[in-house]
Amino acid sequence: MAHHSEETEITVLPPDKEKIKKLWTVAGILGLLTGFEFLIAFMMHHGPLKTSVFVVMTIVKAGYIVGEFMHLRYEVKVLFWSIMIPIVFIVWMLVAFLYEGMKLSDINFLN
Amino acid sequence: MAHATTTTAPGQDVWNGGVSPLDASYGKLMMWFFLLSDAFTFSGLLITYGLVRAAHPAFAGAADAFVFSHEYWPIPEKVFEAVPFLHGVSLPLVFVGIMTFILIMSSVTMVLAVEAGHRMDRKAVEKWMLWTILGGITFLSCQAWEWTHFIVGTDTPTLFKDFVNGQWITKEVIGANLHVNQYGPQDFADFFFFITGFHGFHVFSGVLLNFLIYYNTVTGVYQRRGHYEMVEKVGLYWHFVDLVWVFVFTFFYLV
Repeated sequence: MAHHSEETEITVLPPDKEKIKKLWTVAGILGLLTGFEFLIAFMMHHGPLKTSVFVVMTIVKAGYIVGEFMHLRYEVKVLFWSIMIPIVFIVWMLVAFLYEGMKLSDINFLN
Repeated sequence: MAHATTTTAPGQDVWNGGVSPLDASYGKLMMWFFLLSDAFTFSGLLITYGLVRAAHPAFAGAADAFVFSHEYWPIPEKVFEAVPFLHGVSLPLVFVGIMTFILIMSSVTMVLAVEAGHRMDRKAVEKWMLWTILGGITFLSCQAWEWTHFIVGTDTPTLFKDFVNGQWITKEVIGANLHVNQYGPQDFADFFFFITGFHGFHVFSGVLLNFLIYYNTVTGVYQRRGHYEMVEKVGLYWHFVDLVWVFVFTFFYLV
């Protein structure tokens, strides 16, 4: 019986240095941003400005993870937008719920 | 990976069949849409946290003067300041920062496994999958420690005033669970358990899936199949778990 091994036919390509370097760059950016977030947590006073800085940095990090690691940036446009557009509902939910929360605060802690 | 080409003859409708308009396999698309729905679930939890937090007053005084109380929402960095083997040392957010770093690193090793899969490099896939699994297990262990610390509580109890049978009494509370919480309003502890718990369960499922991928790689399943697309699909899930943690880190621990 000819024990035909398929495994010998598989050609292993050499590592794509360019691509791997890019991945480590993204990793470095994510690490740096997390480090900055950590520093800002102690260097800035609590307030809307600090929260905004955190939100912007988080969105940048999310962009790198979804765009580069999850490769969404390089997918076809239809796929990209069918994932991105529904996120609008999350933004709306955030606005509506936070507004509601502040109103609840007014009612609960009037005294 | 039967990549059908998306180029069609002029005038031919891309959506009429025979081509793959999204240029992605069925499995990958379904993973994407599952992750989208999962993003909604996590948003539900995190945004509800935002609502309940906004409904409570914030601590008004200077950060140095902060003490635990039911009257206002706690400052997270005053709650999460413990690090293993450094008992009694106040290191706010250090441990959770380390956890974040571990999860980001395991996301990097995962994407390297995917890259190796594209090249049909079985040995490299095995190596990077092992690192990814190790990162996941390390993260889960850290979380187990953090939960234990949160549940057991600090050395000194928090004193709470409570109205029982018509008179005010002072209660000593150490630690937190779904009934009592020494760190502040009960909702704070509940959200801690639900949000980090739900995320931790995702990490746990991810480690199991990663192990399955590793097992199939070692036994040569993907080599015989001719492609490593399963690594990509589970990779998407694993990156998503990292993505969620980025949001939990910001909105639960930092803000």
